[in-house]
Amino acid sequence: MCSRGHSAIDVPIHDQGYRRYAGERRARDRRWVVIARAGIIERLRERRFLALMLMAWLLFLVRAVQLYFGTTFVRASFFAPSDETFRNFLNQQRLFVFFITIYAGAGLIASDRQANALQLYLSKPITRNDYIAGKLATLATFLTVVTWVPAMMLLALQVLFSGSLEFMSSHPRLVPAITLASVLQVALASMTMLALSSLSRSRRFAAMLYALVVIFAGAVERVLQTATGAAGWVLLSPQNTLLVVTDALFGIEPEAQIPVAAALIAVIALLGLCVVVLERRVRAVDVVA
Amino acid sequence: MNSPVVLENVTVSYGAHQALRDVSVAFPEGAVGLLGPNGAGKSTLIKSLLGLLRPVSGAMHVLGHDIADAPLAVRARVGYMPENDTHIPGMNAVSFVAYCGELCGLPHAAAMQRAHEVLFYVGLGEARYRNVETYSTGMKQRIKLAQALVHDPDLLLLDEPTNGMDPKGREEMLGLIRDIAGPISIILSSHVLPDVEFACDYVVVLHKGVMATHGPIAALKGDSARVFELRVKGDETRFIEALREVGIETHDESGDVMRVFVPPDRPAQLLFEVAARQGVQVRHFRASVPSLEDVFARALGD
Repeated sequence: MCSRGHSAIDVPIHDQGYRRYAGERRARDRRWVVIARAGIIERLRERRFLALMLMAWLLFLVRAVQLYFGTTFVRASFFAPSDETFRNFLNQQRLFVFFITIYAGAGLIASDRQANALQLYLSKPITRNDYIAGKLATLATFLTVVTWVPAMMLLALQVLFSGSLEFMSSHPRLVPAITLASVLQVALASMTMLALSSLSRSRRFAAMLYALVVIFAGAVERVLQTATGAAGWVLLSPQNTLLVVTDALFGIEPEAQIPVAAALIAVIALLGLCVVVLERRVRAVDVVA
Repeated sequence: MNSPVVLENVTVSYGAHQALRDVSVAFPEGAVGLLGPNGAGKSTLIKSLLGLLRPVSGAMHVLGHDIADAPLAVRARVGYMPENDTHIPGMNAVSFVAYCGELCGLPHAAAMQRAHEVLFYVGLGEARYRNVETYSTGMKQRIKLAQALVHDPDLLLLDEPTNGMDPKGREEMLGLIRDIAGPISIILSSHVLPDVEFACDYVVVLHKGVMATHGPIAALKGDSARVFELRVKGDETRFIEALREVGIETHDESGDVMRVFVPPDRPAQLLFEVAARQGVQVRHFRASVPSLEDVFARALGD
């Protein structure tokens, strides 16, 4: 008899051996969502990142107050919105896009490379495209939350404060312009950061590379443009090239006097380059021939 | 006999270097040891079975699928424990294993439940909420096994599973492998021959990318003829040469005691006759039992 009054034969012995799984198995089509969800949850656990995301919405609050006064009080009509208001808002958000891209994007692939996680991922029933799509969706989600979402919310607030759809009907290109400009901004930042992250095993190094691409290329472009007076140097800077496209989307004369088609081709070429880099770098086995 | 893995004239190259050359073999069910020295092509073979490396010629069938046509279907039913240290950064053990389960198609709740179950099974139940990055080497080996098991594969590919483990941990890991080998087929790649001998019934030996030998361990040992331990005094090199001339192989000549393989059709007395002819003294002579090391050494022709 044991101390609790059971005889030894009454005490159950659970099976300690290997047990098979007989539950549900899902189809393969949404594995990238698993990767994206895990990446988003991991980031949202960090208070510093949450603070950064909240700060990225401060400008939205300022703009919302301006919209309120602009639509409510005649004396504050200089706050009344135009196409330029939304273009400026997206341009001003570039600062937060930069910091969020570095914070949430630098380690997306670099940290996996450092932890040899790529072979783990790619030994599962997922493709390289699933992996890249999952990582891309992680960063793109955060960037969309600070670009397209607040811009569209500002538009909704304008309708709400004015009490009519007049502004929307008089500015029909605004919704597609905000959407396309945000998509390009998010895609360019996400793809560039992912490609740079795949080049290194260090997230810090990837972050430095991205800062170099954004800040240094912009500075070089300014210097060369001032020295030579040629507008074409703007193509050296991905950010300023994107500005040319964004201005065209909002129907505003771009600052840099280069054809919009050239700027658009340059943006697409950079995205293509990022795809090539990712295709070469995201492999389970590094083959050194 | 069903073969979970069948290779037909498989050649895998890294640029100009052929890591596997014209390898053909059918792995039986149960635990199979994959043996070979560094550079033999063991890891290349495992990565090819997962579809991570594409053979330049030949065909590989895993669990009835052609790996070239259906790599994802194969990976859904295969668990892989890599040789090197690997984890998903920033996750604790249970999140990591559940995440791997979800990547293999398990629903979130089921993956989480299965992760707890598997972590207890591999002996990490108490440490399952710790970040994987803080784990010791032995614990990292166990969690690699857990992530390979979470989706309940039909075939498990284990690459050096006891690397860096202390004797107790190694024994426990081998015990787990033996337990799993009932319901699941296992390919165990290892340098440690006693581990393979303990856990497996069948071995495939690779050497410089080609198949050296394969078969049930018991049968391969039986083919090893009679083995004797021998120590001689005198010109050992000349004595070994003379033994080879009469068809007797020797191994471990560099040590104090060499192992001598006398073919079944030759009498053991021949050893003494050769020693007498070469003028060397036999100072130690004892009958021994063929081991997997002997099989390995003979297959490699050392």
